[in-house]
Amino acid sequence: MKLLLRVAPGIVRKPLIASVILETGALVNIERASIDAVSGEIVLDVSQEKCRQVKDALERLGVDVILLEIPVIRDDSECVHCGACVAICPTGTFHFEDWRVVGEPGRCVQCGACVTACPHRALRLVLK
Amino acid sequence: MAEKTLSEVNERIRDGSVRVVTAEEMPSIVDELGPAGAVREVDVVTTGTFGAMCSSGLFLNLGHSDPPIKIGRAWLNKVEAYGGVAAVDLFLGATQPSIDRGIEYGGAHVMEDLVSGKAIEVEAEGVGTDCYPQLGLETTLRLEDFNQATMVNPRNAYQRYNAATNSSQRTIHTYMGTLLPRMGNVHYSGAGVLNPISNDPSFQYIGMGVRIFLAGSQGYIIGSGTQHNPQAGFATLMVTGDLKQMDRRFLRAATFTRYGSSLYLGIGVPIPILNERLALSTAVRDRDIEVPVVDYGVPRRDRPSMAKVNYEQLKSGMVRIGRQEVATSSLSSLLMAREVAATLKGSIEKGEFVLTQPVAPLSLAGSARPMKQTKEFPYVEDVMSREVVSVTEDISVAEAAQAIIKSKFDHLPVVNSAGVLCGIITTWDISKAVADGTISQVSQIMTRNVFSTTPDQPIELAARTLDTHSISALPVVDQDGRVIGMLSSNHLSRLFAGRRPR
Repeated sequence: MKLLLRVAPGIVRKPLIASVILETGALVNIERASIDAVSGEIVLDVSQEKCRQVKDALERLGVDVILLEIPVIRDDSECVHCGACVAICPTGTFHFEDWRVVGEPGRCVQCGACVTACPHRALRLVLK
Repeated sequence: MAEKTLSEVNERIRDGSVRVVTAEEMPSIVDELGPAGAVREVDVVTTGTFGAMCSSGLFLNLGHSDPPIKIGRAWLNKVEAYGGVAAVDLFLGATQPSIDRGIEYGGAHVMEDLVSGKAIEVEAEGVGTDCYPQLGLETTLRLEDFNQATMVNPRNAYQRYNAATNSSQRTIHTYMGTLLPRMGNVHYSGAGVLNPISNDPSFQYIGMGVRIFLAGSQGYIIGSGTQHNPQAGFATLMVTGDLKQMDRRFLRAATFTRYGSSLYLGIGVPIPILNERLALSTAVRDRDIEVPVVDYGVPRRDRPSMAKVNYEQLKSGMVRIGRQEVATSSLSSLLMAREVAATLKGSIEKGEFVLTQPVAPLSLAGSARPMKQTKEFPYVEDVMSREVVSVTEDISVAEAAQAIIKSKFDHLPVVNSAGVLCGIITTWDISKAVADGTISQVSQIMTRNVFSTTPDQPIELAARTLDTHSISALPVVDQDGRVIGMLSSNHLSRLFAGRRPR
């Protein structure tokens, strides 16, 4: 399960992820992080069993947590199945099935590479 | 020799007995029945391609206003259309950007909006003559309001297209899509086995006057396209069709990020199987069609080829370049190419699409020579300074400060014992180190990821590197990476001011 974390200025300097790992014992994978002096945005991958616990623990620390069920949305009226999104995705979210582009949104870490690469502007990141 | 005539084929289309297959089905039919058997069994092979065709455009006739206007300049939804064709004829190019939304909305988007039935805002400036006194007008038009909306595309349906990769260190955005650094991906375009010209590369049938499927309409081949180069396997078509008969499913605007707008078009050519030679040429397979993988990381006309591959390898999702396995993806839609071929097949079977006799074959000799450039443009070696002070990374910040005072530049290249560039420091880096007070060594302040140029690079490319990375100087290195000069933004401003440095 993927969690999108938005970290507010007041707590961005705290070791939030480390605290949550110690508290929950969850194995988390940081898939994407952009953090500067004032705020941060992080995508975590957590097992389904630990997801609730990790989410609650982060929220207690003041982090805004969103469950990314469908991180990337495709507008099927614009997509022509060209494949410009296939080879550039670092996590293999899109592949061809009989030359139809099929998405597995669960793999998406919201890096946004496909959004700018799509010539038909058919892709959009949710909550962005 | 099994043979038949085009009139016999058309007779079968009219009486409903015609046998049509797509170019994907043909190779196994010829394998099984042999070319003579295939001529007896198959009347028409349909081809199809659906991809970005930048060299596309539209002639529009607006009708005469009252008072009449001779249009000098005109904009459709803020996209400029060429007005230098009589009074109220315009030519709209697919890649023309709009003045308000830039490349996100261009000529191709206007075409898609027209085909979708949307209203278009037209603004025109008049020249003002005795017979055409009106100086300007604004109106809102839909596709049906134009007298004619005739697509005339100078270069469509390339026989094949170079695959693209990028050996440079940064992601580049091209008309071949996003190319990841260090050959992170390969993009290709073209339908391979379904491509129209690849199924008739010697133009036994394809020629001027051949009726084709053009974005849902019945269009025509006008002749060979621009850059037509059949000797090298890169033939092209010039085509025309009536936009009013087209279908948005097969005509889609696109934008390649940091490149421009383009038009994805569906084009299908029917090929009658009149004789065994045509049966054999339409039995072409993906593996028979080879293209080079070209390095778009080199921003020059003559880009190096990294490997030779065929469409079967490209379509497999992975190709080998040297020792590296690289993921491939198409940029044109094979799904839609199939749909073009299948739709054309359906129209022929239903008797709605009859084949025409070409009036002249396409030329077997074309021309895609490089541009003759008559105005000389400078290279880095014509402009750079050859007196360059460089330092090694083991010296102190104070020594670097002394070196920079002696130098003409506020950049100091850092080299290793062999003179090979390994970093750069600027006066700003030295000031920061002095202000900090705790830093003493050059190795602590130098930038190690340093951009450089070479003496044989055109000055425009070096200027683009400076601009892209917001830097003001580039060390010039030889083939072995040794520093032989410096190029700074001062050299460029001197060049603009008309003073060639020594």
